Amino acid sequence: MASVQIADVRKAYGATQVIHGVDIDIDDGEFVILVGPSGCGKSTLLRMIAGLENISGGEIRIGPRVVNDVPPKERDIAMVFQNYALYPHMTVADNMAFSMKLRKAPKSEIDERVGKAAGILGLDKLLDRYPRQLSGGQRQRVAMGRAIVRDPQVFLFDEPLSNLDAKLRVQMRTEIKELHQRLKTTTVYVTHDQIEAMTMADKIVVMHDGIVEQMGAPLELYDRPANLFVAAFIGSPSMNLLKGKITAGGFETEGGVVWPIGQHPADSNGRAAVFGIRPEHIQLDANGLKAEVVVVEPMGSETQVVVRCGGQNLTCVFRERITAKPGETITITPDTNVTHLFDAATGKRID
Amino acid sequence: MANSAAEMPARQTSFRSERTAWQKLKASPNWLGFWYMVPAMGILILFLAYPLGLGVWLSFTDTKIGRAGVFIGLENYIWLWEDRVFWTSVFNTLLYTTVASAAKFVIGLYLALLLNKHLPFKAMIRALVLIPFIVPTVLSAIAFWWIYDAQFSIISWSLRQLGWIDYNINFLGDVWNARWSTIFANVWRGVPFIAITLLAGLQTVSPSLYEAATLDGATPWQRFRHITYPLLTPIIAVVMTFSVLFTFTDFQLIWALTRGGPVNATHLMATLSYQRAIIAGQLGEGAAISTAMIPFLLAAIGIAWYGLQTRKWQQGGSNE
Repeated sequence: MASVQIADVRKAYGATQVIHGVDIDIDDGEFVILVGPSGCGKSTLLRMIAGLENISGGEIRIGPRVVNDVPPKERDIAMVFQNYALYPHMTVADNMAFSMKLRKAPKSEIDERVGKAAGILGLDKLLDRYPRQLSGGQRQRVAMGRAIVRDPQVFLFDEPLSNLDAKLRVQMRTEIKELHQRLKTTTVYVTHDQIEAMTMADKIVVMHDGIVEQMGAPLELYDRPANLFVAAFIGSPSMNLLKGKITAGGFETEGGVVWPIGQHPADSNGRAAVFGIRPEHIQLDANGLKAEVVVVEPMGSETQVVVRCGGQNLTCVFRERITAKPGETITITPDTNVTHLFDAATGKRID
Repeated sequence: MANSAAEMPARQTSFRSERTAWQKLKASPNWLGFWYMVPAMGILILFLAYPLGLGVWLSFTDTKIGRAGVFIGLENYIWLWEDRVFWTSVFNTLLYTTVASAAKFVIGLYLALLLNKHLPFKAMIRALVLIPFIVPTVLSAIAFWWIYDAQFSIISWSLRQLGWIDYNINFLGDVWNARWSTIFANVWRGVPFIAITLLAGLQTVSPSLYEAATLDGATPWQRFRHITYPLLTPIIAVVMTFSVLFTFTDFQLIWALTRGGPVNATHLMATLSYQRAIIAGQLGEGAAISTAMIPFLLAAIGIAWYGLQTRKWQQGGSNE
C-alpha cells in the first residue's frame, strides 16, 4: 500500500492541453474517486497514474518514488478496465494468474493467491470457465480478481460499473466498497456517475475541463460546494440555481420573487448572484412562496415535484405525499440553513 | 338450377382438396428451400462436380485429344509411378508450397504487425502493400522474367555495379536458382493477401487487452505470444489454408516464367499436367497427374479443418 501524490500534472496532445495542472494528494489506504463529465480529463489522469499515457508536465509519486519515467509494470499498480479487458482465450483462473505466470512465480503460490482472490469474490465455481461464459457482473468480478491477485500498491478503476445494468451496479458498488474496507489498498476510481462517487469515496475529486473544481469528503462537497459547477454536479436531483441579486429582504430572482436566505455577508446588498437550493431542502409552508405545480412524480418514499415560481422551473422533493394536481398552486419555502449563494460573475461560493 | 347446385359442392370439394395439396406443398419451407437451392446446385454440378468427375474418369482412360479413349484402369498411375519427371514435379510442388507458404506467413504477419502500429501515411502504405496482389499474375510474371533475364537482369547489373560479382547470375537457367527465383516471385505476389487479412484480424483485438497485459507485466514479445498470437489463430488457419491451396495449384507464374524448365526443374504438378494433357495431347495422363493432387489438397484442408475448429474459448455465452 502506498500514498499517491499528483503534483501540478499536465497533459497535452500536441498543442491541445487537456489537463491544466492538477494537484491531488491521496493518502495511504484512501478511496479516492475522480468524477466529472465526459472529456474532463479524469480517465486521462488515471491512465497517467497507470503509465499508459505519458506525463507532459508535473510529477506523480507512488509512495516515495517519482514514477513519471517508470514503466507501467514496475509501478506496482493494478487496473480494472471499463470493458474488463479479460483475455478471451484464457479461463478465469488463467486470467487471474497471468501476471504471476509472467513473473514465473511458483505454481503453489499462484494457486494459493488465485484461490484466495476467488474466495474473496465468490468465483470458486467459475475458475474453469471462459470469459464468454460469464455474465456481466461475473466478468467484473474476474477483472477485480485479476487486480487482487497482484496485491498491488494501488488499485485503479476506470468506470468499472458503466457496462452493468442499474441493479447490478448498485450491488457491485457495495461489493467494491466492502472489498476496499477489507483490503485497505489505496484506490483511485474514475466515474462520471456522481452517485457512485458519493456512495463509495473517502474523498471525491470533481474535475471539469482538465482542472480540479473541488476536492473533499462526499458530504463536504454536498454541503458546501465551492462553485456553481460542483453545486450543479453533485446531488441528485441536481440543485436549483436561480439568477438574481441579494437584497435586504432576501434574494430577488430575475422573475421578481424574493426568497428568504440564510447567512450572507453583510455588505452584499445589491450584489448580482446565483441562489442555490437543493430540491430536498424545499419545504411545504402555508406562509411560503406561491408556486404552480407542473409535474408530480411520486416515487413512494418521496415525491418529486416540478413547480413554476417567478417564471422559472424548480425541482422539489418532499417526504410528504403530495395531492396537488398539475396547474394547482402550492406554497413552498427553502430551509434557510442550507441555502447557497454564488457570485454571478465568477461562480464562486459566497459565504 | 337444381342440377348445377347439386354438382357444385362436389366440384368445389375436389377443387379445394387439389388446392390444399398444392398449397401445403407451396407453404412447406423445405419444398420452397429446395427450389431456392436449385440454381446454386446447378452451377456447382455443372462447373465443379462434373469437371472434377470427368477429370477423375479421364485419368482411368487413355483419352487423347481428338480420340476418345477406353478404360485402362490404373495404367496411367502405374506409368506415373515409374516416371522420374512426375516425382520431380511432386518434389517441386511440395518444396514450392512449403517454402513459399512459410515465407509468406512470416513476412505477411510481420507486415501486418507493422501496419497495425501508428505509422505516418498509414492508409497510403496499406494501399501500397496491396499492389502486388492487384497486378495480374501474368504481368508480374513477365516483369519477373525481365528481372531474372540472363543478360538484362537488373539484379545482376546492380550487383555488378556494386562490384560484388563479375558475372551475370543465371537465375532461370540453373536448377536451384530457378526454383528459388520462382518461389521468390510467388512470395512477392502472395504476401499482400496474407498481410491484409491478418491486419484485419489484428484490428479485432481490443487495445485494452494489450494495456491490461502491459500492466500485468508482459514484455512486447510476451504480449505477442500470449495475446496476439492466440487471438489470431482462427484467422491464421483460414488464411493459411487458402494460401496453401493457391500455392499448391499455382500454374500461371511458373508457366510464364519457366514453363517448367530448366530440364523440368521447376515443373509443378499443375504445369506438368497441362503440358502432358494439352500440349502433348495425352488427356488421360494429364488427368491422372491432376487427380494425384487431390490427396495432397485434401490433407491440406484436413489440417486446416483441425485448426479451424472452434476453440473452447469461442463457444458459449450469448452476450458479446
